[in-house]
Amino acid sequence: MKQSRSPIGELVVVGALLAAGACAVAFVLLYVFDSLNAQLLGLSLGLALAFLALACVVAGKKVVDQTKGVEERPELVQEDVEKEVAEKTVALREGVSRRKLIIGAGAVAGAGLGVAAIAPLASLGPDNVSEILKASPWRKGVPLVDDSGRPLSADQFEVGSWTTAFPQNADKKALGASVVVVQILESEVLENKQWAPRGIMAYSKICTHAGCAISLFRYPTYEPTSQPPALVCPCHYSTFDVRKSAEVVFGPAGRPLPQLPLSIDANNNIVAAGGYVGNIGPAWWGVRKGT
Amino acid sequence: MLMVVLAVVCGAGAIYGFAVGPAGAQKGTSVNPAPAAPPTSSAQRAQIQRGRTLFLDGCSSCHGNDAKGKQNIAPTLVGAGSAAADFYLTTGRMPLSNPTDQPTRAPPAYNRQDIDALDAYVGSLGQGPAIPRVNIAMGNLANGLSSFTLHCAGCHQVGAAGGIVTGAIAPPLNDKDITPTQIAEAIRIGPYLMPNFNANQISAQDINDIARYVRSTVHPDDAGGWGIGHIGPIPEGMIAWFLAIVSLLLVARLIGEREPE
Amino acid sequence: MSVRRKRRRREVSDEETVTDAVRFVDERLGIAPLIRAGMNYLFPDNWTFLFGEIALYSFIVLLVTGTYLAFFFDPSTAQTTYTGAYAPLHGVRMSDAYNSTLGIVFDVPAGLTIRQTHHWAALVFVVAMVVHLMRIFFTGAFRKPRDANWLIGVTLVALGIVEGFAGYSLPDDLLSGMGLAIAYGVVLSIPFVGGQLAVLIWDGNFPGSSAFIDRLFIVHVFIVPVVILALIGVHLTLVARLKHSQFPGKGRTERNVVGTPLWPAYAFRALGMLFATAAMLFLLGGLVQINPVWQYGPYEPWLGTNGAQPDWYMGWLIGALRLMPGFDFTIGNATIAGNPFFGGILFPGVVFTVLYLWPSIERRITKDRRRHDLLDRPRDKPWRTAFGSAFFTWIFTIFVAGAADRILVDVGFPYEGQVIFFRILALVLPVVVFFAVYYVCRELKASEARPLRRWYGTVVRRAPDGSYREIPVQIDSGASDGNGSRPTEEERVGGDQPRSD
Repeated sequence: MKQSRSPIGELVVVGALLAAGACAVAFVLLYVFDSLNAQLLGLSLGLALAFLALACVVAGKKVVDQTKGVEERPELVQEDVEKEVAEKTVALREGVSRRKLIIGAGAVAGAGLGVAAIAPLASLGPDNVSEILKASPWRKGVPLVDDSGRPLSADQFEVGSWTTAFPQNADKKALGASVVVVQILESEVLENKQWAPRGIMAYSKICTHAGCAISLFRYPTYEPTSQPPALVCPCHYSTFDVRKSAEVVFGPAGRPLPQLPLSIDANNNIVAAGGYVGNIGPAWWGVRKGT
Repeated sequence: MLMVVLAVVCGAGAIYGFAVGPAGAQKGTSVNPAPAAPPTSSAQRAQIQRGRTLFLDGCSSCHGNDAKGKQNIAPTLVGAGSAAADFYLTTGRMPLSNPTDQPTRAPPAYNRQDIDALDAYVGSLGQGPAIPRVNIAMGNLANGLSSFTLHCAGCHQVGAAGGIVTGAIAPPLNDKDITPTQIAEAIRIGPYLMPNFNANQISAQDINDIARYVRSTVHPDDAGGWGIGHIGPIPEGMIAWFLAIVSLLLVARLIGEREPE
Repeated sequence: MSVRRKRRRREVSDEETVTDAVRFVDERLGIAPLIRAGMNYLFPDNWTFLFGEIALYSFIVLLVTGTYLAFFFDPSTAQTTYTGAYAPLHGVRMSDAYNSTLGIVFDVPAGLTIRQTHHWAALVFVVAMVVHLMRIFFTGAFRKPRDANWLIGVTLVALGIVEGFAGYSLPDDLLSGMGLAIAYGVVLSIPFVGGQLAVLIWDGNFPGSSAFIDRLFIVHVFIVPVVILALIGVHLTLVARLKHSQFPGKGRTERNVVGTPLWPAYAFRALGMLFATAAMLFLLGGLVQINPVWQYGPYEPWLGTNGAQPDWYMGWLIGALRLMPGFDFTIGNATIAGNPFFGGILFPGVVFTVLYLWPSIERRITKDRRRHDLLDRPRDKPWRTAFGSAFFTWIFTIFVAGAADRILVDVGFPYEGQVIFFRILALVLPVVVFFAVYYVCRELKASEARPLRRWYGTVVRRAPDGSYREIPVQIDSGASDGNGSRPTEEERVGGDQPRSD
């Protein structure tokens, strides 16, 4: 037997390899008999790999030849070759007289083809981006329904209540569909009382900052020792004062939530009294330009 | 002329005061509360009387001797209902030492009998939500998760691990000490800054469902192993940095060498 | 009794077997010189040179586990009603994407382990790249001739972040769906073209048509991995071509490489690192839960949850989005840039621009255009170390602003106050860190607690009173710098007034 560089190291390698093999077998058995036990599967495979790592590291640091080497770095720059390359490139000019004219014509072709290559990109995407982004299923008279499709009744509200509503028979997933409906004291409504019958008001549920759903409503049990009523977004905490038509009072949103004017019909059901006042969702070029 | 103006101003003030209450706007059923049903037995009367005594002792300094609240300190309890008293007292949120603090969960200051008496007293002040009855066994877990996500997760986090809103903390609900009754009470009364939900919006069966879901969050299905707090990517990132890469850097240290050699 | 005579076979030595194998390959591929060069390739041995490998091996785990997942994941928005193993979602309407993810978790053998390993590997991949980037930065390894490789590396970090975001958005769960909504808001906020771009990417208004998740899937399993693989290939080829840099030390010059050959020692060490990385990832994948999407429920645009956070490598962006004051940049009723633009596009744009341009910036400031193959200790370049520390502190402060809201509110620091606090901290702390690190570096250098290894000599110091003192330090003669030029007197003296301070 040849002289061993590290007898203990070799034994460790053997032991680790055998252990790795055993763990790997355990993994296979688990896969067959208990394949949904994520913890044991991960543990067995992880340990198999860990033992393998141990074997390799000990082999690499103790068992095999550890001689270091020294070598010269390659010279990256080869001046004569560079010179030759440059000369050959420039040699294109030889025997060509109207150089400037050709180059100029080439520039024209290049610019034209460049634009021609990019131009079709402009037709990617529809022409009616504005229409798409401003789309809303709400019109005057559209009834509000809850998550299960039942008509939303004023009976479901008391001061301090809130819920999520949609237009009847519309695609719930559309950004313009979901609204958040709250009731505050009529006397608390400071702006646009005509859109908030009995203090029940609705706003687009899509935050005007970056598009998360407005899913927090705070209504004080006792305002003097806490906070005024507001809708809040969970993503970056934009806070909208519902007494003032969802004016932004804190946070990075740049526009209030568009309000959906409401009215209450003869059956005490809540109905839209018009479309949104303003465009919904995060800001883009035309978001402030008409509806 | 002056007398007329004075009368009008006083009258307007009185009307405003009557509508709004001497201590600010209220929510839910405590807006324009109807009078409570009168006690039907002498035992009830005695309990209400005992509740009143306890109230005067421990609560009137903020809520006033007549329980109609004190301006800028505490709201009226007329119309708050026995559910409100029960919620705040059993969760130890009341008594509150500093009126401007958020009431937070604490060991209750009263025992069960005293709380019952105080509940009865507050319930007698005006018509308000009664202590709801909850039956978790009848709750549907899937409906509970859906309702909870829609109505509650925005503040309390989808796994009921709690969260924050500007101005307050929404407490974690994945706590084994939270009882189904307390969950139901909170839904009906909307404590502190929480919204409130009447039976037409969240029915008794909905409450069973939600309470069942919330109770299940105490032991969520952690099929993947250690749950690291159930609050998502932040603990996950910490594991990646402080456990995974640190261990791998140690391995690198073992494999490589250190200067100088 | 019959006796069978066996033909005794000549014993074949190991060397003959291997020679035959090498001949077999070389006859067909003609790559024996390449293999020899590879075997002789020298790896300088510093442990900090292994960080890039951790990233590479994490990526390999990503490829392997990702392939398995791709067999079971259904990138489809078609709606289905859940009837699977997880009770709280029974009867719930969800997309096939979410449903197939639940299938991977609860039904596919080893599915959950592999899915979690994949996600942990994604996190560790970016961590390792960032740690590696910092090592390269603080040791000056990005200088010529490695500046081109630096550009590739920075691109790989950006791609890793995009790839991770795309990956965890595929399952269409509540948490990642909220992230996609925010991405939509950020795209919309891009000046002039934002609206067109958003509608283009999502094929309509958010949440987009069924094409969106198909596109996300193809980006995640094909386009970006191919680009990453190609760039890794170029990255490693350049490292091999230029040979690895090394710290100064005994026997090390700008013109040589001192290290361990790939064969046999380094191959095993590298394999050890590979298996250790894979082991860590699989152990985490089985034992520590990550992204439990079944607990979140499916995404709908009208749903939200508190405490929604992106994966850690996007945390700096949520911090920026939260810290920005609330305004859109408008002129009249034209919205030039929506608010998310500043935190979501401008901020990362500035960060990556600084990273990309740093080698040029440093060349311009130091007027040092020489080739460098010897590394700096961070203290050797106090201003670079100080700037880098300040730069990363800036990013980290904004990251903390986005991540610490919950903890800080729990200990009584209201969120409104936090926003103001972190806005100020993000501007002030980097400046403080700059000066602190600068002076620490200068002090460490000056104190010569560990003398400069490259040049040893008699250091002549001028004391404040004007007198001169000699401090003996060992000289390593024959040390040269750059392309063969001898060090100047200033450089030889080292410590006191170094050129490139």
